[in-house]
Amino acid sequence: MSTAVAHDTGAPDAPSGRDVLLEARGVVMRFGGLTAVDDVDLTVREGEIVGLIGPNGAGKTTFFNCLTGLYKPTEGEVRLSGTVLPPKPGRVVRAGMSRTFQNIRLFANMTALENVMVGRYCRTKAGAFDSILRTPRFRREEAQTRERAQELLDYVGLGRSTELLARNMPYGDQRRLEIARALATDPKVLLLDEPTAGMNPQETADAERLIFKIRDSGLAVVVIEHDMRFIFNLCDRVLCLVRGKTLIEGTPGEVQSDPRVIEAYIGTGDGTEPDDPDDIDAKIEAQVEAREAREGGRG
Amino acid sequence: MSTTVDRADGANSPDSSAPAPAPRATGKGVPLAYAGSGLMTASALMSWCYDPDVLGDLTLYGNPAPVQLTMLVLGLLGLVLAMSAKGPLRRLGAGLDTSRGAFRLGLGAVAYMALTLAAITAQAGGLVNADPGAWVALVGSLVLVVAGRLGVSRPSRNIGAMRAKGWVEILVLVALVAIALLLVADGLTLRDPWAFVLLLLGVGAAAAGLAGANAFTWLGVTASYHSRVLTLAAFVAAFAFPLTQNGSDANMSIATQVIIFSATALGLNIVVGLAGLLDLGYIAFLGAGAYVGAILSGSAFATIDWQPPFLVTVIIGALFSALLGLIIGSPTLRVSGDYLAIVTLAFGEIFRLAMFNLDGNNGPKITNGPNGIPAIPELNFFGFDFGVTHHLFGIPITRFSNYYLLLLCVIALIIVIFSNLNNSRIGRGWVAIREDEKAADAMGVNVFGLKLLAFAGGAFLAGLAGTIKAHHDVSVTPDQYQFLESAFLLAAVVLGGMGTVGGVLLGAVVLKLLPEKLRFFSEYRLLIFGLLLVLMMRFRPEGLVASKRRKLEFHEDDEHLADKVQTIHLEEKTS
Ligand SMILES: Nc1ncnc2c1ncn2[C@@H]1O[C@H](COP(=O)(O)OP(=O)(O)O)[C@@H](O)[C@H]1O
Ligand SMILES: [Mg+2]
Repeated sequence: MSTAVAHDTGAPDAPSGRDVLLEARGVVMRFGGLTAVDDVDLTVREGEIVGLIGPNGAGKTTFFNCLTGLYKPTEGEVRLSGTVLPPKPGRVVRAGMSRTFQNIRLFANMTALENVMVGRYCRTKAGAFDSILRTPRFRREEAQTRERAQELLDYVGLGRSTELLARNMPYGDQRRLEIARALATDPKVLLLDEPTAGMNPQETADAERLIFKIRDSGLAVVVIEHDMRFIFNLCDRVLCLVRGKTLIEGTPGEVQSDPRVIEAYIGTGDGTEPDDPDDIDAKIEAQVEAREAREGGRG
Repeated sequence: MSTTVDRADGANSPDSSAPAPAPRATGKGVPLAYAGSGLMTASALMSWCYDPDVLGDLTLYGNPAPVQLTMLVLGLLGLVLAMSAKGPLRRLGAGLDTSRGAFRLGLGAVAYMALTLAAITAQAGGLVNADPGAWVALVGSLVLVVAGRLGVSRPSRNIGAMRAKGWVEILVLVALVAIALLLVADGLTLRDPWAFVLLLLGVGAAAAGLAGANAFTWLGVTASYHSRVLTLAAFVAAFAFPLTQNGSDANMSIATQVIIFSATALGLNIVVGLAGLLDLGYIAFLGAGAYVGAILSGSAFATIDWQPPFLVTVIIGALFSALLGLIIGSPTLRVSGDYLAIVTLAFGEIFRLAMFNLDGNNGPKITNGPNGIPAIPELNFFGFDFGVTHHLFGIPITRFSNYYLLLLCVIALIIVIFSNLNNSRIGRGWVAIREDEKAADAMGVNVFGLKLLAFAGGAFLAGLAGTIKAHHDVSVTPDQYQFLESAFLLAAVVLGGMGTVGGVLLGAVVLKLLPEKLRFFSEYRLLIFGLLLVLMMRFRPEGLVASKRRKLEFHEDDEHLADKVQTIHLEEKTS
C-alpha cells in the first residue's frame, strides 16, 4: 500500500504494550467487479477503543462483516488471540468477538430479556434432552441465563424495560439493547456499527459513557461512527477507510489534522475527484451547513 | 376506541372496513338490542314449523327442540350483551365492545335462521310450512344486527386486565370446556346433516358474537393463567371419553382416526410452528414408521421374519424416520427455506413411489408394492392385547378405545416435548431464527443444528406414531401416504394456529371430524378446504388460536396490536 499507514509506529497514548487481541491481515472483499474492502489491516489490543471512519460506502460495514464471518473474505485472515478465525459467525462469536448492526437487527417480537437471553445461547449447553426432561442442570442453567441477562440489561440502563417487546422500545433503547445482547456472548472484542446513528445529543452522550464503561471493564471495542466529535472523544486510535482502502491510521489528533482525510471525506460526496481547491472549499462549506442543519433539527 | 380495537383484533371483517359511524350516544342501540334478543329468546318457545318431521319436531309451543335451543342460547347471549351495555352487567360491559358483539351475533343468528328456513323449505316442501316462531326469530336477529350497528360502545378498560377471583375463573373455564364437550357429544349423535350444519352455524354465531365483543381476549389471557388446570381438565375429559361410549365403536373408530391425525399434526407443529420450516412431505415420515411397524409386526406378509418386542419396534421405526429426516434435511436446511419445501414435496412422492415399487419385481421385495402389508396382528403390550375388549369398573373398553387411549398417551408425550422445548434455550433459538436468521447466526445461535433438530425430531415423532398406526389400520399400503395427506396435516396446523397446542388440536379435530360427519359434501371437500384456507389467510393468518408472538409476526406493522399484546404480556408477568 502506498499510503503512509501508521502501523507499529506506536501512537503515544495507544496501549501498545498490551496483548494483541484482534488482528486482521490483508483483508480483501470483492463483489463481482467491486472491491469493497481492499487489503485492510487492523490490530486491536486489550482495553483499546479503535475508531473506524470513512465516507458512506467506504466499506466499513463490509469490513465488519468480514471480521465476524458474515462474509467470507476473498483474501486475508482474521486472528483472535492468535488463532485464525474461520468465516463462520457462530465460531467467531464463540471465539469471543461480537457485534451490533448499523440497521438495528433485534428480534423484534421478543422481549428485551429474551433478546439478551438469546445472546447467552452460545455460552450455554442445555440440549434437547435436558430441556424436555427439565433436568436439574437445565433448571440451573436457565436460572443463570435469566439472571445474567437481567444484569446486562441493568448494566446498559434498561433494567426497567425487561419485559418490553423489542419493537416497542424507543430507538435509543433498541441500540443499547443490541449492545446488551452482544455483551451476553461474553466477548473479548466488541464491534459497534454506528452505535449513535439517529440519536439525539443526550442519547449520544449516554452511549459514549456506556462505551467507556465497557472499555473499562476490560473489553476492546471497535466502533464505526460518523460523528467526528464522538470518535475523537472516544477513541485511542482511528482508522480511516476510503473506497475500501486504509487511508491513514493513527491517533485521533493525527487523523483529524491530516488534510487527506478531509479531502477524502468531502471528495467522495458525489463521486468526483477532489482536485480543484475552490471546489473543496465549497464542498466543506456545504457539508458543515448540512451538519448544522441536521443537528439543529434533531436538538 | 372501537376503530383501534378493530385493527387490534386482526380480523378485517367487512364491517370494520366500513367507515366508523360518528360517535353517538351509547344508549341508542340498547333498547333495540333488548328487543331483538328478547324476540330471539321468546321465539325458541314457539312453533317454527307445521311439519313435525323437519329438524326433529319444531312444532311444539314451550318445548324447544335442539335447533330451537341453539336459538335460545343465542338470544340469551344477546341479552347478556345488552345488559352489559346498559343494565345490571355494567361492570362487565366496561371491557366489552358490546355493539360490535351484538352486530356479529345478530349476523350469525340471521345466517342461522336463513339456513333453518332453507331446511324447512327443502324438507317440508315450501316456505309456507314455516310457523310464526321462525319468523319471530328471524326478525329478532335482524333487530339485533341493527342495534349493533347503531350503538357505539367504547370499552373503557382493557379486558385482558380484568380479573375475577381464581376459583370463579376456573369455574368459567371448566363450564366452557363442559359446554364444548356437550356440543361435540351432541354433534356426534346428530344423523341429520341439516341439523349438524345448523349446530355448527349456531356455534359459529355465538363465537362470532363473543369474538366481536372481545370476550375471547379475556378468555385467552385467563386460559393462559390457568393453563395447567385447563390442560388437566382436557386430558381427563379425553381419557374419560371411551368410558361414555358403552362399548359402542361407532364414535370410537372416528375418534381414533381423529387422534392419530392430531398426534401427527402436533408433530408437524414442532417443525412448522416452532422452527418455521415448511415440510410438505411430513406424511412420508408417518409412512416410514408404519412400514417399519408392519414389517416387524410378525404379519404373514411381512418380508422380514423378525418380531421384536413392540417397544423395540417403536424405537426402530422412530429412529428410521429420524434418519430419513437427517438425510433429507442436512443438505437442504443449509439453503433458503423454499428449497426445503420443494425437496420435502418431492421426498413425499419419492417415498410413496418407492414403497409402490419395492415389490420384488422392480426392486427388492420389501413392501409388497401396491398390495402393501396386510394382516398386521393386534398390538400386544406386556401381555395386554389391544384387539380384545377389556373391562374397567365394568365398563367395556373396546379395541378402538385401547388404541385411542394409547395414542392419547402419545399425544401427551408430544405436548410435553413441544412445550418444554418451546420454553427453553432451544425454543428461544427457534424464535430468534424465525425473527431474523442472520442476526441469530451472528449472535451464535446454531441455526443449522436447530433446524435439523426440529426437522429430524418431527420425523422421529411421526415415525413413532406410524408404528402404532400400522397396527391400528391392520394393513399398510402406499396410497395411504399421499401428498394430499401432508397437505391436510399442514392445513390443520395453519388453520388451527401454528405454534400452539390448543389451536393445532382444534384444527386437526375440525379437519378430520367434519368430513366424517358431512359425507354428503365429500365431493366438494377439497374445494371447501381450499376456500377455507384462502379466507383464513386473508382474514386471520395467525390461525383460529393465535400465539401472541405469531400474531405479531403476521401483523408486522400493526403498532396497536403490538401495544395491546405488550400490555397483556406485562399484566400476565406482574401478577
Ligand atoms: N452483499 C453485497 N453485495 C454487493 N455489494 C455490496 C454488498 N455489501 C456491500 N456492498 C458494497 O460495498 C460497498 C461498501 O458498503 P458498506 O460496507 O456498507 O459501506 P459503509 O458501511 O462504509 O457505508 C458499497 O458500495 C456497497 O454497495
Ligand atoms: Mg455501514
